[in-house]
Amino acid sequence: MRDVHKTIEAVWKIESTRLIAAIARVTRDIGVAEELAQDALVTALELWPEEGVPENPGAWLMKAAKRRAIDSLRRGHMLAQKHEEIARELEWQQHRLADALERSMDQVIDDDILRLIFTACHPILPVEARIALTLRLIGGLTTAEIARAFFVPEKTMGQRIFRAKKTLSEAHVPFETPCGDELHRRMESVLLVVYLIFNEGYTATSGEEWTRTAICDDALRLGRMLAQLLPGESEVHALLALMELQASRAAARRGRNGEAVLLSDQDRSLWDLAQIQRGVTALEHARRLGGGAKHYALQAAIAACHMRARTAEETEWERIVLLYDALMQISQSPLVALNRAVAVGEAQGPAAGLDALDAAARLAGDSVLAGYHLFPSVRGDLLMKLGRFTEASEEIQRAITMTKNLREQELLTERLKKIEKAALSA
Amino acid sequence: MRFMMMKGYESAAPDTVPSAEAVAKMTEYNKALQRAGVLLALDGLFPPSTGARISYTDGKATVTDGPFAEAKEVIGAYWIIQVRSREEAIEWAKRAPMSDNEVIEVRQIHEMPDFPEDVQKAPEGFERRNAAVK
Repeated sequence: MRDVHKTIEAVWKIESTRLIAAIARVTRDIGVAEELAQDALVTALELWPEEGVPENPGAWLMKAAKRRAIDSLRRGHMLAQKHEEIARELEWQQHRLADALERSMDQVIDDDILRLIFTACHPILPVEARIALTLRLIGGLTTAEIARAFFVPEKTMGQRIFRAKKTLSEAHVPFETPCGDELHRRMESVLLVVYLIFNEGYTATSGEEWTRTAICDDALRLGRMLAQLLPGESEVHALLALMELQASRAAARRGRNGEAVLLSDQDRSLWDLAQIQRGVTALEHARRLGGGAKHYALQAAIAACHMRARTAEETEWERIVLLYDALMQISQSPLVALNRAVAVGEAQGPAAGLDALDAAARLAGDSVLAGYHLFPSVRGDLLMKLGRFTEASEEIQRAITMTKNLREQELLTERLKKIEKAALSA
Repeated sequence: MRFMMMKGYESAAPDTVPSAEAVAKMTEYNKALQRAGVLLALDGLFPPSTGARISYTDGKATVTDGPFAEAKEVIGAYWIIQVRSREEAIEWAKRAPMSDNEVIEVRQIHEMPDFPEDVQKAPEGFERRNAAVK
């Protein structure tokens, strides 16, 4: 009943990050490292179905990668430009490379994995390339899996990854962990990439599903890895807290027929308590590190506020507004302003909510966010509460045309019906 | 998907204490699970001699104190891990530092959507929330 290919996939998922990190420490080029690791995987796919999975598959893969590295060195394809100082004597090089790879695998240290993460999330790359590389190199996903997760043809995703590796190589991006101020700037990129991966699963931007658990789990896994690798960074723990708290609602966000269920309508008994606890613990950790007022910590605190309410009515909206105010101090993001408007609408009434929403719309200006369906959707809600039904239904109709997610369209259509009903009985 | 890895052993004297070396190896393994971001929870259990077994006949509960003579394998510890596949759970279990009379059983944890609709409906009103959220 056990399929050897699935076993190889699983081994790859477990071993590939360390394998690539170990090779990259020697080659200083993650593109080359990834190719060598891939070659090793291909060899495994050829041999293991016949010979069985070896006792220590990680060491086996490393040995295979080493053999490939020496082969390609012999052909003079590798390292020639990057390490001129070792391009003297072929024999010596081979020994040195073999030794280095051997040692490297024996002592893959967390720093290697960190370097790999920072390189994959390098700001020189477009964001979608960072996401793809991170899932590939650190998440252990295959190109096909990443392509499926982002509704992109496999070929397109393969090219995206190829181009990303080429960009890094051509720009001579060093394989290193930044330090000082640079560390925090670069960490922002890493956290953003992980959160975008999470959101891709949590709020599927297109397609039929409302959430895709597997991709959320991958982001959570990356978040937990980061918390181990950068234990002193409060925002790393805060991001993990945010993701755990949001994911804990996953079962309640989907109705019996797969339809979306909004926070206020969710059956709160379906929230995952153990996961909430993990989220709360991570948030407390972030606070202890002094990061309670930072970006992800505030967002996590808002999520925690929702989780504390036993019913939607018990939600402490005033407190949530304050947290959003603090968040606005950090970043004048139209999205934050939009969410703040929802909270203001709940805490201070729909008229105040509308004012806050106008301010959010001004922030969005003519950016792409101006085309975000939640703007008219929230406006429609607030207008309905004010009894301005005609305007409300116009806004909701506009929102429907602006989203590609089928579940979200259903949800909005449902709301449109409610408004029409309310208008009739008014 | 989540899996529980249950560590069982065939027999051990009631007060067996693991060697420092065994503990160090297990710690290393647990750290590897943690570093890979797959570990959600883990716990070790007191030996069965300190436990109790409650069995039910016609709705009546009977309590038997440990140790239990007839038990062939007993659970000594468990891990809960989040992985992408059953195979991955098995691969992690294969890497655990276990001795000869020990076993690990790997079982997937049910998620609510795995149940048929009527079963999903049954626990309605059941408060899963508790004091965990302060």
